[in-house]
Formats: sequence, structure tokens, C-alpha cells
Amino acid sequence: MTKDIKIRVRNLNLFYGHFQALVDMNIDIVQNKVTALIGPSGCGKSTFLRTLNRLNDLIQDVKIEGKVLLDGKNIYDDAYDPIELRKRVGMVFQKPNPFPKTIYENVAYGPRIHGIKEKAKLDEIVEKSLRRAALWDEVRHKLDKPALGLSGGQQQRLCIARCLAVEPEVILMDEPTSALDPISTSKVEDLIGELKKDYTIIIVTHNMQQAGRVSDYTSFFLNGEIIETDLTSNIFSKPADKRTEDYITGRFG
Amino acid sequence: MTVYTKTISHLVQMTRKKKKIKYTEKIAYGFIYLMAFLTIFALISIIGYVLIHGVKHMNWEFFTQEPRSMGREGGIFSIIVGTIYLTLVAIGIATPIGIAAAIHLTEYARENKFVKLIRFGIEILAGIPSIIFGLFGFVFFVIFLGFRWSILSGGLTLAMMIFPILIRTTEEALKTVPLSYREGSLALGATKWQTIARVVLPSRASGILTGLILGIGRAVGETAAVILTAGSSLGLPISIFDPARTMSVHLYMLASEGMSKEKTFATASVLIVWILCINFLASMIAQRYVQKTNIEA
Ligand SMILES: Nc1ncnc2c1ncn2[C@@H]1O[C@H](COP(=O)(O)OP(=O)(O)OP(=O)(O)O)[C@@H](O)[C@H]1O
Ligand SMILES: [Mg+2]
Repeated sequence: MTKDIKIRVRNLNLFYGHFQALVDMNIDIVQNKVTALIGPSGCGKSTFLRTLNRLNDLIQDVKIEGKVLLDGKNIYDDAYDPIELRKRVGMVFQKPNPFPKTIYENVAYGPRIHGIKEKAKLDEIVEKSLRRAALWDEVRHKLDKPALGLSGGQQQRLCIARCLAVEPEVILMDEPTSALDPISTSKVEDLIGELKKDYTIIIVTHNMQQAGRVSDYTSFFLNGEIIETDLTSNIFSKPADKRTEDYITGRFG
Repeated sequence: MTVYTKTISHLVQMTRKKKKIKYTEKIAYGFIYLMAFLTIFALISIIGYVLIHGVKHMNWEFFTQEPRSMGREGGIFSIIVGTIYLTLVAIGIATPIGIAAAIHLTEYARENKFVKLIRFGIEILAGIPSIIFGLFGFVFFVIFLGFRWSILSGGLTLAMMIFPILIRTTEEALKTVPLSYREGSLALGATKWQTIARVVLPSRASGILTGLILGIGRAVGETAAVILTAGSSLGLPISIFDPARTMSVHLYMLASEGMSKEKTFATASVLIVWILCINFLASMIAQRYVQKTNIEA
């Protein structure tokens, strides 16, 4: 079985000022698979996720060392354009964050900023993206209504649709269901299963069952270090490291 | 026995205290209501007084004719035109600069001594009496740059007065934009400028509009600085280099020289209705905009 590696992280260190949040991280993210990141609060999962689309660049006083290779190219090379990168690596946030615009405008936002102007083309992208995010039937009659009028679960799926509209290759999800009720959660989880056919997905979750349900690979983070990464089934049945076992059996964290 | 009486007297004292508290509370409330009533009463009686004396002299001729014999007769057509013209020029100059400056200060500039100094300058500018602006405009635009008394000189002077208001309201509005909007946009591959222009600014359009209205209010209400920079000519201004008279200036001239009570009140009525219209229109635009995009506001 050959696996295509979409992202290779090599010796990644990240400092917030003097505080080192990520310590010598190495991980391979397999293409068209779902990789779950688990670990106790404050261990650097969000920080790590945000290094993959260079969203940490916005924070002052951040220093990053090491390499993140997307399809073999280091995204931290000076020549690498973060705008191009973020087109290819989309992100869904913990709290749904639709723009204060209409549902239609939210989804059309990405394509618009990347230069698509024709109404027919935009209509098509909006419909396709909303369908993929399993939201089309619920909103097709109110595309011109404010997105903030949707329920939390609908808003999160809208954010997923907004992300899909840009046609990324990788989707980063930071606890995408932590603000949702069980029904919305299971909808989003089903969606993740659907999406991995076409996308490489990395998802942060605090919910072990969720990691078990949606992911193919799981990586355990602790105090800014990656303790181990393996097939999800292995991590949950026979973890190599004692600390991983302690964490997933709930003995700490 | 003594214990019993003590308790009784204690209870009596307590109820007295309670009553006292209730009284002071009632008095405080009464006072607040009275003040609120007085404020509204003053507002209504001023507007009412002006409108009662002015509306009956507002007719078609008043709006369409030019003033004759220094405003004692005729209408205020050229003055309405002058007011709109001057306000548009002032707003037209102040808005792009003010918004651009606010964007720069909130989004791009790093907090350092220089930026603090600029902020301080803007605070000061906002508090300077308008006659000082007038004087500066007169010396600089009218005389030094040779723009004479004109819409241009007046517009530039008013723009300087509006500018700090606009910058402050815009800055305050931009500061309240949640980080999640910005991150959401950037994560989709938007540039910083696209994020500002398409997400940050539109999300605070009504706040910025409020600043604009305050600015228009200041421009429309100004007299001294306008007389010093745009003059008080009764002629119809065509070119930007023509002098003009605004409604407030006209009102001031008519009233101070006691020329015509009728025309004075009619002009005042137009001014009041004018300002009410602008406010009404702006809140309508803001509301429609908010309804379309935002349900939280
Ligand atoms: N902007 C920042 N400046 C300074 N320190 C930060 C910043 N963001 C995060 N940190 C620190 O970095 C560490 C990792 O934070 P991070 O948000 O990545 O944790 P996490 O694993 O996502 O936690 P959670 O599960 O609670 O979301 C924490 O100790 C946090 O306090
Ligand atoms: Mg986190």
C-alpha cells in the first residue's frame, strides 16, 4: 500500500515571544485521509493547525523554525505566497464565523476575491458548495437572507461551504463541532466522511469518540510535542506510548 | 420585657429607614423624569415655535426664487443650492481622507509614539472652536492660496472640521470588528486589503454613516467659519470658485440685522426640516443595510 503524503512537517518549532508552544514537531499528513489531532487543552493543537495555513503570521512576536512541505514545497520559504497557500489550505474555525452578509454572499466571497465575476458561474459554485456541505435544501429559498440568522449548526455548515467554494486541497478544522448540538454534530461528521474522498482533512477534537468515528489517523499532542501518530485504530487499541494510553483512557488531561 | 421593647423600637426604626430610602428613591426618580421631560419639552417647544412661525411663509416662491433686497424679499433658492453644494464638497473631501486615515490608524499603523501623537492631535482638533478653523481657512485658503471666498475655501475649511469627527467614529467602529471576521476572510486567501474593503468596512457601515451624519450636521450648522471662508454672497454659486451663503449664515444675517421676521423663521424651518430629513434618511439606509446583512445589531 503506497500512501501519498500531502503535508510533511519537519522539525517545526514555534515561539510566542519566549514561550515555546511547538517543540520539534514531525508528522506526515496522508492525502485523502482524515487526521485527528487530540491532546489536553493548551498543548498546541490550534497553534499547530494555524502553522499549516500560516495564520500565525498575523500574530506579532511569533517565531517559526523548521519546514512544512505542502506537495514537497516549503510553505515557509520566502518566495511562497501565503495567499496562494490559503487558497489551497482552507480552514473551519471552532466557533462558526460567517460574515455579516447574506448566505449567498458568504459562499460567493472566496470565488469573488479570486476573480470570478460572472453571475452564472458564481450561482453554480454557491449551489454546488452548499450541496456538498449538506445545507442546500435548508437554505435554497433564503439565499439572500443574513447568514447570522441561521442556527449554529447551519452556520458551521455554511462556513464549510464557504471554505469548499474556494476548492482547497486541504481542510483544517479546529474543533468544528464543539459549539454544536448532537444532531448538527453528526451532520458535520457525516460530511467529513463524504469530503475526504476529495480533500485531505485535519481535524482537532476533544471528543475521543469523534476522533474514532471520523478519522483514519490520529496524532496525540502533549505539551507542545507530538507524542505519536498512527492509524486511529492502533492509537485506540494499542498505543505505543504510555502517555497516549493514559490520555485516551481518561487517566489525565 | 426590655428585649421586647428593644425589638419593637428596632423594627420601628427599620421601617422608618426603609421609608426614608423609598422617599429618596422617589425623589431621585421624580427628578430624573422631570429632567427628561424638560429636555423633551425644550426640544419640542423650540422646534414647534420655529415651525409655527416659519411654515406659513414657506411656499413655492420661497424655494424657487432668489433672495431680493438682502433677503428681505424673495426666496432662498441660491442659499439652498449653496448649502448643499458646500456640504457636498466638504463631505466629499473629508470622507475619503477621514476613512483612509482611520483605516490606517486601526489596521496598519503599529502603536508607537508617532501614532499616539497623531491620535492626540485628532483629539485636539475635534475640540478646537470653529472660529479658529475659520481663521485658519481665511488666512490659508482664501488669502495665501488665493482661492478667495469660495465654495472651495469653505469646503476645505469645513472638511478640516469634519475630519476629526469622522476619523474618531470610524476608528471606534472598526475596533469593534471581531477578529473572527478577519481570520475567516484571510483563511479564504483574501489579502489584507480585500479583508478590510469587503468584510471589515461593510460590517460597520452604519457606524461610519453615523460619523458622516454628525459631520454633515456640523457643516450645515456652521456660521462663523463659513462666513470667513465662503463669504456670504447671495448669488447662485455655479463654479467651485464662487462664493456662497449657507442657510445658517443666511439665518444669522437675517436675525442679527432684524431684516425680516417672516423670512428668518421660514429659513429656520427649512433648516430644521432639512436636518431632520438627513437624519431620517441616514437611519433608514443604515437600518435597511443592517437588516440585509446582520441580525445581531
Ligand atoms: N497568541 C498567543 N500568544 C501567546 N501564547 C499563546 C497564543 N496563542 C496560544 N498561546 C499559548 O500556546 C499554547 C498552545 O495553545 P493552543 O491554543 O494551540 O492550544 P490547544 O491545544 O489548541 O488548546 P485547546 O484544546 O484549549 O484549544 C498555550 O499554552 C497557549 O497559552
Ligand atoms: Mg484550540
